[in-house]
This record gives sequence, C-alpha cells and structure tokens, in this order.
Amino acid sequence: MRTLDNLTYSASRRGLLKGGLAAGFVFTFHLPLRAANEPEQSADTTAGQFAPNAFIRIDHSGKTTLVMPQVEMGQGVYTAIAMILAEELDADYAKVALEHAPPDDKLYGNPIFGIQVTGNSNSVRAFWKPLRTAGAAARAMLVQVAAQQWQVDPASCSASSGVVSHGASGRMLGYGDLANAANSVPVPTNPPLKDPKDFTLIGKPLKRFDTPNKTDGKVVYGIDAMLPGMKFATIAASPVFGGKVAHVDDSAAKAVPGVRQVVVLDELVAVVGDHMWAAKQGLDALVITWNEGPNAQLSSADIWDALRAASKKDGVVAKNIGDVTKGLAQGDRMDGEYELPFLAHATMEPMNCTAQVTPDGCEIWIGTQVITRVQSTVAEVLGLPVDKVTVHNHLLGGGFGRRLEPDMAVSAARIAKQIDGPVKVVWTREEDIQHDVYRPVYHDTISASLVDGKIAAWKYRVTGSSIMARWLPPAFQGGLDIDAVDSAVDMPYDIPNRTVEYVRAEPPGVPTGFWRGVGPNNNIFATECFMDELARKAGKDPIDFRRSMLTGNPRLKAALDLVADKSGWGQPLPPRAGRGVCVQPSFASFIATVVEAEVDEHGEVHLRRITSAVDTGIAVNPDTIVAQLQGGLIFGLTAALYGEITIANGRVQQSNFNNYRMLRIDEVPQIDVHIIKSGEDPGGIGETGVTAGPPALRNAIYAATGIALRRLPIDRKALAVSGKA
Amino acid sequence: MTTLKINGEDKSFDAPDDMPLLWVLRDVLGMTGTKFGCGIAQCGACTVHIDGNPVRSCLLPIGSIGDKAVTTIEGIGKTDAGAKVQKAWLDLEVIQCGYCQSGQIMSAAALLANTANPDDSDIDAAMAGNICRCGTYVRIREAIKRAAGEA
Repeated sequence: MRTLDNLTYSASRRGLLKGGLAAGFVFTFHLPLRAANEPEQSADTTAGQFAPNAFIRIDHSGKTTLVMPQVEMGQGVYTAIAMILAEELDADYAKVALEHAPPDDKLYGNPIFGIQVTGNSNSVRAFWKPLRTAGAAARAMLVQVAAQQWQVDPASCSASSGVVSHGASGRMLGYGDLANAANSVPVPTNPPLKDPKDFTLIGKPLKRFDTPNKTDGKVVYGIDAMLPGMKFATIAASPVFGGKVAHVDDSAAKAVPGVRQVVVLDELVAVVGDHMWAAKQGLDALVITWNEGPNAQLSSADIWDALRAASKKDGVVAKNIGDVTKGLAQGDRMDGEYELPFLAHATMEPMNCTAQVTPDGCEIWIGTQVITRVQSTVAEVLGLPVDKVTVHNHLLGGGFGRRLEPDMAVSAARIAKQIDGPVKVVWTREEDIQHDVYRPVYHDTISASLVDGKIAAWKYRVTGSSIMARWLPPAFQGGLDIDAVDSAVDMPYDIPNRTVEYVRAEPPGVPTGFWRGVGPNNNIFATECFMDELARKAGKDPIDFRRSMLTGNPRLKAALDLVADKSGWGQPLPPRAGRGVCVQPSFASFIATVVEAEVDEHGEVHLRRITSAVDTGIAVNPDTIVAQLQGGLIFGLTAALYGEITIANGRVQQSNFNNYRMLRIDEVPQIDVHIIKSGEDPGGIGETGVTAGPPALRNAIYAATGIALRRLPIDRKALAVSGKA
Repeated sequence: MTTLKINGEDKSFDAPDDMPLLWVLRDVLGMTGTKFGCGIAQCGACTVHIDGNPVRSCLLPIGSIGDKAVTTIEGIGKTDAGAKVQKAWLDLEVIQCGYCQSGQIMSAAALLANTANPDDSDIDAAMAGNICRCGTYVRIREAIKRAAGEA
C-alpha cells in the first residue's frame, strides 16, 4: 500500500534525535497553524517511538515513517529515497509512510551543497551512502535489541520486512515491538551495508508513493493551501527589471466587488480579495505609473551585442591539456560559434506562496527546492529571528530550477505583513513568465583541428552569466563558475591538446537562474553540434567519428553502441529526414541519444522517433529512470523547437503559453529508453534528457538538410526550401 | 446565491455570474483538485466536464452553466471511463509532478466516454489542448490505450 498520508511534519521528533545529529540544537516547540486541507498531524507518539536518525521513525505498531530530505517535484525522488532507506533497514515496505523534512540544514542538508537543496540531479548520488548508512544503522540497532531480549548472538539473527528472526529457535519480533528498547542502543557509525546482489527493493520498478493522490484531486501543492479566513492576492511587478512603483491610482480597483485591499510595495503592487477572481479583476483595474529606471530602453539586440563583445576577451582557464596553440596549427582547422537564448521555466504550477505574519512571527506555505533559504530570507526581510519563521513545504507542481529561488516567498511575506490574517499570493501566468530568473544567454566559441580523421586540438570558450556567483558564491572562485563549464572541462573525447575558458558576462537588466540541465545544457549543445560538423569535415559517420575517440570512456562507448543498434542508425530514411546523435557523460551518467526528425519544405521540423541508451550506475527505480529520460527529452526538445525569451523596452515580450510555446502530445513520437545494467554507484538522471535532446535534434536536421544551425531555437526560415518559408 | 450541481451534489454560494468556474471551485468551495495553469484556455490544467464534455473552467462564467452537471477531478472516479483512466494512469506510472494531470485525466475520461477505442489521431485531437511540462505524453498515449483495452 503506497501512502503519502500524514504529509506534514511533526517538529517534536527532533527532540529524540540521536547519534550526535542533535548536538548543539536548541529545541523550541512551536505548534504550527495547519492548512485546513493539509492532513492532520499525527498524535505525538514520541514515547516508544524509535528515532535513530533524522530520516527514520518507527512507532510501536511498526509503522515506519521516512523523512524526505529532498523535495518531490515529479522526478520520483520520494520513492527512490524511500526505497534506499527501506532496503538497508529491511523495513516492511507496505507499512512505510513519508513526510516532508522541516527546514534544517544540519539534519537534512544535501551533502553536495552543504545546505538543504534539491537540484543538479544529485539527490540519489548525494544521499546514496548517507541514507544506506542510516537504514543499516537502524536495522543493526533493532537486531541488537532483539538479540539482547533473546540472549543470543546478534550475528545469529536476521531481519526482513520489518521483523527480526532468530533462525535457530524460530523466535520473531516485529520492529514495532522493538522500537522503544532500540532507542537505548548506541547508534553504530559504520554499520555493514548490503552487497548490491542482496537488494530486494533497489533495482525494481516499484510504484511511486506520490502518484495515487495525483489522480483524484487529493494532492496538495503549495498553491492549494487553504486556511480559515484566508485572503487571495495577485501581483503586478515592475514590467521593466529594476523599475519601481511611481504612482498608483487604485480607485477603480477598490470598486471591484470582493477586492479588500491594495498593497503597494517598492517594486510591485498587490491586490487582495476574497478570491483570485476579485484580485485579478482589481489588478486589471489599477492604473500604475512605473519609474522604469535604467533598463527602460533595453532590447535583446543590446544584450547579444554585449555578450558577443565579451566573448572576444580572454577567459579564465578552466582546463588546459597539452599545447592547444601548437595543436591548432596542425591539420585542418575549423571554427564555430554557438548561441543559446534566454528561457523561462514555466512550471505548470505558477509561482505562489501563502504567508501569515503575526506579532510572534511568520508562517509560510510553499513548494520550494530550498526550504532553509526561504526560511532565512523571509526572516531577514521581516527582521525576525530564523526560528520565528515556520515553513510548510509541499509537493511541487514542477521545479526545473525556478523554485531554487525564494523571491515568491519574500514578496508574499512583505505583502502579508500589511494584511490581517493569512494571504495566498498567486502569480498570473503572465507574471510568472515575465518575472522569472531566466536561463542565461550563452555564446560559445570553438576552434578545433583534425589530423588523420581525429581531433588533435580543441579550444573552447564559454561566455555567459555566472549564476553561482549570486546563488552559491563558494562555487565561483577566481572568476570561474564551475557550473558554467560543467560538461566542457570533462568532455568525453580523447583529445591530446585542449583548453576550456570561461568569460563571465552578466546580461544587463535580466536576472538569471538555474534551469533544468544547468551548465551542461549549453556545453553539451555546442560540443555535440560541433562534433557533427567535424565528422562531416573528416568524411566520417558521426557515430564512428565519436567512437574512435571514446577509448578512455568505455561506459559511454557502450551506450553509444547500444543506441546505434536500437535506433536503426544507418537504415534508409525518406528525403529530408535524418538521424542525429548526442553523447554525454553528464551528472555522472553516461547517455547516448538518437533523434530522428524530418524537415518539411516550409522548414517545419517533425520529430519521428527518439531512442536513448543510459548507464546511470545502479538504477534505483528503473521505471523512474525511463520516465525521467522521456520527460527530460521532451523538456529539452521543447526549448530547441520553440523556447526563446526576448526583451524590448526592458520588458519580456512573451507572456503565456500562446506565445511561449510548449510541445504538445500530437508533436511527440515514441521515445524508447534502454537501461544498461551496472553495478556502479548511481548517477544523476533528472536533467540528462534535457541536455541530450537539443543537440541530437539539431544533428538530425543537419543530416536531413545539410544545414548546420548554430543557435536555438530552430530557425525554420533557414530550413525552408527556397520560396516556401 | 448561485447553485451548481457539482459531482452530483447541489452546491450553493455567493459569486458574480461572470466569475469563472475555476475560481469558484478553488477559492470559494475549496475544491483544489482543479488547477490554475494559464487563465486563457491554453494549457488544459483546469479542465472539468459540463454534461460530460471537457471544458476549460478558467474561462467558463458560472452564469452560463445553469442546471448542467459539473464533474471535476474529485468526482470523475465515479464514472466508468474516469475510473479506468485513473487506474491506467497508476498502472503505467504516467504521472511526474502531477500538476497538469487533473486536466489530462479529465480530457482522457471524456475521450473514452465518447470513443471506446481511440486511435492515435483521436488521442492527438482530444489531448493536444493539455500541456504537460514534465513531458509525460508518451505514457499518456499508452495509458489511454490501456484504459480503452479494459472496456
């Protein structure tokens, strides 16, 4: 039985934490206001409850509650984390229930980031060892308690499905029966972990915990939080980035039935009403004069000019192998420049946050990838101690990096400060698209030389925004952003002379942020597109060309060979149809993808078939791996075919799904994903399809038409047969 | 006071006639299963049934509904087609973030109620109005066929 009941958290369990995790933690009890449609908090069953670490609680009935340090935004991580914990715990999987973790970097911080963050496709990678250890330690404690009660050697006992057994005597005790006594056992620091061949859960396509409530309307996202006496608000922020409110005439807005209040902040205006409809009508009736500030005349052309100018400068060297200058002087040289546009995230759940500010503190209801950052940022803005800000996290209606920012919580808290009672602030889709943090524009410059049909030298320079400099400053050192060069410094091909440089160039007036696929989106695109152009220059098949330079990367080579076989590579195709390949060792997974596409005479591109082969190490839940590849490919191909945010007069020109298009079901072909069996530690998966799709599609178009597109989105005019555009 | 028949029950509330059904469901009645996605009938997240036909509730004024039957995601499981779609959705693990899936399920249930064995072009026509940002389309297509097979 899959269940997500009790999807809330009980702060009081923290008082029971053992094993040093709670050292120095001052516990203060705070009874949060519950959203009316949130499940009841469980009664305080801490007495008799086994809580060996931050992730596991077992009550006297044997009910096993697993606390999720990472957030569920569709990527299946709640199920993967539960499987990993339950595997080593030998829990009764049918009795497992899940809870969202509260904000606490010490207990739930992502080991890779050091703070409580879900992103960079690293949940399973980062928590693989810690969660296995947590599960194994708890299991060892339960076994030890049972052995003590039976006065036998713990080594003569075994555990399975929530029961400890003593084989020789046939005695058995359930984890629930052992829960209270197990608390008295010291937590082992290095419990033995299972041999992967003994896994009974990991590796199976088990059903997800989060999906049943998503079929019948019971699921509660942040936008669904309902509280007694709640009001509803929607906002208009300055249409020009950095602009401020100069004057507001709210007389017509206040006359709208159901409008209760108009809140004017420095850079935005909120209309508060009895429901979203009143708030929206009120917003439309406002007459706002903006002081547009220095970006009022900004256009996309200005941004591209500045980016291209910056790309001429020398960058910070991120990688240097051999002698690239000497290498480029040999053989046939080729040069290329690639560009990627701004993109919005457009999560299906628009930005939203519910907040209530009282004299005692602030309470927040939200779905966020950064719960502690929401807590600390709201505390700072309101001038409150951090422990006076309570944050209730929810399932996310898409994250894609947008919910790595706390801005929607900060503005909701500032609005709530001026309102009596709780207020739910929901952004219109227009506000969501026009006030995003955008995937940066990038400009990439590549020079390479060919000697004997192989690449002798490769000089690569990426120019673009540093998101890390703002978001995680320790990851921006000496002018180098480690994300911006990810998948460039570690490109997979055997090339004797190679440099990678980074030039930081911040676009004026447009905030940038992480977007699913992050730095590798740009670097895999430029690299894999240029690889096809080099293959053509060398007179080689794109797969043969790549294979000849993958001797140092056997896992990737195996994926490439498998996808060549499964995709029908080399089989005949109709005119103006082609296949394109992309290989990538990104997010610690090894993936090869073939996209088959057709270009009609008007330049419109039709997807025909997509095939991926993936070695992601141990596939914790193989069904999720397939789903993430399928969905990620569609996400990336959507951007390649349609995605571009443009700026005119300092404003984002796109506003909703009518002019910021998404791929729809009638445009999407069969997508087959083949998993390669592996005993290596798990790799990341959530973003890998996103980075694979665009270069594979572009290379398919190149194969179909001979036209080497070097920027996205796809330029249909360039692809049209003369006179048919 | 307006009264609408929603999932077989009469629900009475105070709201202006031009208020879209979506906001009545969500903010007045607290039925949050129906989702706000775009507000301009472009994404399908807000899909409900009016007398069995799929309609985007974000642009549907309540004054236009009269005594027609409103069915939402909270009630669709009581219909044959709805129950089959929900089951197929779980059997094939269609769902990722799930935010669009109320609308997807409502559109798919309407399709199956009217077309027992939809082919690919029927599925395209019925489902192209529903955007899924997670990209679950391949499984949606498969699940609709699975649900139809269980008729």
